[in-house]
Amino acid sequence: MFFNSLLTNFAALEVGQHLYWQIGNIRLHGQVFLTSWILLGALLVFISLGTKKMENDPKGLQNLLEFLWDYIRDLSRTQIGEKVYRDWMPFIGTLFLFVFVSNWGGALIPWRLIKLPSGELGAPTADINTTIALALLVSLSYFYAGLSNKGWRYFEYYVHPTPIMLPFKILEDFTKPLSLSFRLFGNILADELVVGVLVFLVPLILPIPVMFLGLFTSAIQALIFATLAAYYIGEAVEEHH
Amino acid sequence: MLAFNFFGATEGGLFDINATLPLMAIQVVALTYILNSLFFKPVGNVVEKREKFVSNNIIEAKNKLSEVKKLEADLLTQLQSARTEAQRIVSEAENESDKLYKEALELANNEANASKEKARLEIESQTSAARDQLYKQADDLSELIVNRLILEK
Repeated sequence: MFFNSLLTNFAALEVGQHLYWQIGNIRLHGQVFLTSWILLGALLVFISLGTKKMENDPKGLQNLLEFLWDYIRDLSRTQIGEKVYRDWMPFIGTLFLFVFVSNWGGALIPWRLIKLPSGELGAPTADINTTIALALLVSLSYFYAGLSNKGWRYFEYYVHPTPIMLPFKILEDFTKPLSLSFRLFGNILADELVVGVLVFLVPLILPIPVMFLGLFTSAIQALIFATLAAYYIGEAVEEHH
Repeated sequence: MLAFNFFGATEGGLFDINATLPLMAIQVVALTYILNSLFFKPVGNVVEKREKFVSNNIIEAKNKLSEVKKLEADLLTQLQSARTEAQRIVSEAENESDKLYKEALELANNEANASKEKARLEIESQTSAARDQLYKQADDLSELIVNRLILEK
């Protein structure tokens, strides 16, 4: 049966298989850490090379890094506002860079060539643990931002236009991390699966446009994640009048 | 079909949440601090220093421009006043020379009139003198003629 064979093919993609590391009582997804260390290592090497010799007239890598810095500053400034964006810019920038590097690294590097005993290497953001970790960090951040900037007045936000909003605002605190994590996870995993299935079925040419689409989606997802995180923080520190 | 055990798997599955989550969170927080000291702070310092430099230069240039404009306006008013001053002097001189000319003309006219009058008076006196002389001579002649005629008789 065609459907059955398709399922078997899917199974050949090893969806949901992990390389388990056992440390004492806790179990980790080793492939997520391996890829994230490789990618973050590359990112850090890239950044230290670019910031090694900073000049007033930027050249080469420094130019690119300054463009990136300016981009992140604009993003956080428009979302968080002039007053406190400086405190949160590194966090927003790290989210953007982490998600972007993970997505593109997962899509561009032929991880399939490295054989693991179980599971396979891929984008760290295609693992639900990573995206939930990021989303929870965002939640903690906006609570911290709101409380540290406005104290207990932060909770006025929950009854802001009218107290009728209270249940919806409380619900939002749960839906925000949920949507953040599942959006990123779903997009990146779906992209990997589509490319994987296409490569499996038609190994030539056909997957290439889908791969480009995947790169586009990856970049957009990084931007969306960082923008939404900044927006939530901005919403928490915003003064209501 | 183990691979399709998406939900609630004790081993594996897409939604297998375990200690990877908190460790990844710690890793991202650490990355935030590392990137802050390696990337955001140094690049921010350089960019903001340059932005300050550029904005300072722009302010300085604007100040200089306004100073230049002020000086230009100053010069223009000075030029204007010099021009009107010159015009005033020229018209004054013109008036002066006009007056002098008129005075000289009048003086000359008067002098000419006076000498004309003098000459006329002289001519008149000479004419009357000559006439008197003529009359006298005529009288003398007539007396002579009368005497001759009387004597001949």
